[in-house]
Amino acid sequence: MKAVSVEEAVAMIPAGASVMVGGFMGVGTPERLLDELVRQNKTGLSLICNDAAIPGRGVGKLFDAALVSKLTATHIGLNPKAQQQMLGNQIAVDLVPQGTFVERIRAGGCGLGGVLTPTGVGTLVAEGKRQIEVDGQPFLLETALRAQYALVHAFLADYLGNLAYALTARNFNPIMAMAADTVIVTVENIVPVGVIAPDHVMTPAPLVDYLITNG
Amino acid sequence: MDPQIIIARRVARELKSGNLVNLGIGIPTLVANYVPADLKVFFQSENGLIGTGPIPEQGMAHPTLTDAGGRPISALPGAATFDSAMSFGLIRGGHVDVTVLGGLQVDAHGLLANWMIPGKMVPGMGGAMDLVSGAKRVIVAMQHAAKGKSKIVAKCSLPLTSARPVNLVVTDMAVIGFPGGKATLLETAPGISIGEVLAVTEAELAVPDSVPEMQI
Repeated sequence: MKAVSVEEAVAMIPAGASVMVGGFMGVGTPERLLDELVRQNKTGLSLICNDAAIPGRGVGKLFDAALVSKLTATHIGLNPKAQQQMLGNQIAVDLVPQGTFVERIRAGGCGLGGVLTPTGVGTLVAEGKRQIEVDGQPFLLETALRAQYALVHAFLADYLGNLAYALTARNFNPIMAMAADTVIVTVENIVPVGVIAPDHVMTPAPLVDYLITNG
Repeated sequence: MDPQIIIARRVARELKSGNLVNLGIGIPTLVANYVPADLKVFFQSENGLIGTGPIPEQGMAHPTLTDAGGRPISALPGAATFDSAMSFGLIRGGHVDVTVLGGLQVDAHGLLANWMIPGKMVPGMGGAMDLVSGAKRVIVAMQHAAKGKSKIVAKCSLPLTSARPVNLVVTDMAVIGFPGGKATLLETAPGISIGEVLAVTEAELAVPDSVPEMQI
């Protein structure tokens, strides 16, 4: 793990990069990294995030600044700007059931080619996908999902980069921290090694590439 | 009584002690208000919590403790938090005893459409498809009709949420089940006759000899 400023971290991300962002309706989202993506005007992003949050909050800021060209998400109904950009064909949107979304990312981080899920069989979601029967039950083959960058937010990081999350701010963060080439983390509190007990580490330090230092 | 409250009170009677329950947004959220205090029900919020508690008092909200809509909630003693893979493992894996969801249409075989209106409303399915595929029991809580049009239809014209039929539909007029895969009138709301229900229901409903009044 390397400790860097938010400006240095975002400078590494090229325009047009694929970026996974943790958070659920803006809760557990690396706001400082998103603000800096907007400040450095990183356009054409391929965004993978559960939802589009709301304007002014979380990844909603990326839609406010029209930085997203492709979105993979489960729900965008609470962000009218994302909806407008989708209906105006400014962004290509792939809507995925939430359980499938997280399992595809988990597969991407765990060396699996994909997962077999019953979710979506017999619906629009099944279009263009392989259906496979196991013991007489139909499943969809959903392929693994990875990104160049994962932007993760945690509650605690120690000096090594071990992470712990708080309450409902955990959501997709520890899963995404396994599924990207480069993992960049913001936290609420940086603490000495040992403050997070081994049993309470949720993302082990070797998964973290960059920790954003206190502003 | 407000139609939404009739629905919520009736659905609440379906929940049993020890059940793990996931409530969708809208009318389903109201169900928690009508669960008797002595009934030990675990409510899951799919953003990573079992043991959701009421909205915190003024000034007590925490930014990392919210429901799936991002609104502040509290956690009850004994609550547990987890990541989204665990949350949907619980849902898809059959560990959730009951899910209560809103609906746009339910058809004569119990198939549900509740996630999009093509060309009009494309918000995304969120967790709905996983909930219908995986929960042990699926209850739809919705108004019987919208703008005078039956929401219990012969065949869904909107895209389906799942190929799996739901177990029960509770509306402001009736309770409908699907024994043998056929929509069947199980109960009528107080003050509503069987004839009135049939008159506003597009789907053909089987009517048993005895159709009791909904207990709310």
